[in-house]
Amino acid sequence: MTGRAAPGEAEPEEAVASAPRPRVAVVTFPGSNDDRDAALALARLGAEPVSAWHDDELPPVEAAVLPGGFSYGDYLRCGAIARFSPVMRSVAAFAAEGGLVLGICNGFQILCEAGLLPGVLRPNRSLSFVCRDVAVRVERPGTPFTSRCAAGQRLVVPVKHGEGCWYVPEHVLPALERRGQIVLRYEQGENPNGSIADVAGVANEAGNVMGLMPHPEHAVDPLLGSTDGALILGSLVDAARSRAAVPA
Amino acid sequence: MRAVVAVRPKPGILDPQGEAVRGSLRHLGFAVSEARVGRIVDLELEARDERDAHDQVTRMCEQLLANPLIETFEIEVKP
Repeated sequence: MTGRAAPGEAEPEEAVASAPRPRVAVVTFPGSNDDRDAALALARLGAEPVSAWHDDELPPVEAAVLPGGFSYGDYLRCGAIARFSPVMRSVAAFAAEGGLVLGICNGFQILCEAGLLPGVLRPNRSLSFVCRDVAVRVERPGTPFTSRCAAGQRLVVPVKHGEGCWYVPEHVLPALERRGQIVLRYEQGENPNGSIADVAGVANEAGNVMGLMPHPEHAVDPLLGSTDGALILGSLVDAARSRAAVPA
Repeated sequence: MRAVVAVRPKPGILDPQGEAVRGSLRHLGFAVSEARVGRIVDLELEARDERDAHDQVTRMCEQLLANPLIETFEIEVKP
């Protein structure tokens, strides 16, 4: 075991020297606060994180992560204002071409408001901000975000949000279930926000865009109690790497 | 021209904020059976006439001010 990697550097045991490092954008909105943790986690898992600013275009990348935080102060509705940031036009175009996009917490809220994911995130039923580890179950392995997970695998990942209650009208849910868009579900008794059908993470119909309320980027180091988040972000890095390897 | 937009949680949608307000009001001794909490947006805008103002504000609601999945909106234009 070598010493800890400096921020932005890969841990030697994670990054195989010969494996290409896919470029993954981490978008920073005014009020994002998990962008650096996301970049650090991605770097440790073998990616090359690329900072993307809210009023810029998305740079050429193999994947994009919209991190957690409180973009635009959560004014009006969480994510409602960020979705009109200039960068979101290129995120939407990237997603439409099949680009991999992962939204974490506030990033999930932004993707829902932007219509790139179904549903909306509402205030927690308890009206309390919840900050703790939760257990989620992998409902759909084999996506670009869960390829390192087994079906039904239990992951422990922290949440920290006041508005994480994912909602879709009841009649919409069966179609989402049938198409395998429900990727992660809180384990029984673990739902921290009252989301419908205990949903913790959801994908778009094409399967290249996903959002989740738990924070995988905070669960990549045993020092912080769990490394289960590395299974999700590592899956994304794997998928991004395989896309980088495909000649244009 | 001025316009007032009232954004409300859709009927049938659980409104935890309204529930908390209802609970508090009952605690104060008021016989309140339901409370729903929405938001008011006061706007000052340029418009040719009331109809134009109403059309513009409708588009504002559809694009930004309300989320049709969970909210309804009501517009009042004041000359």
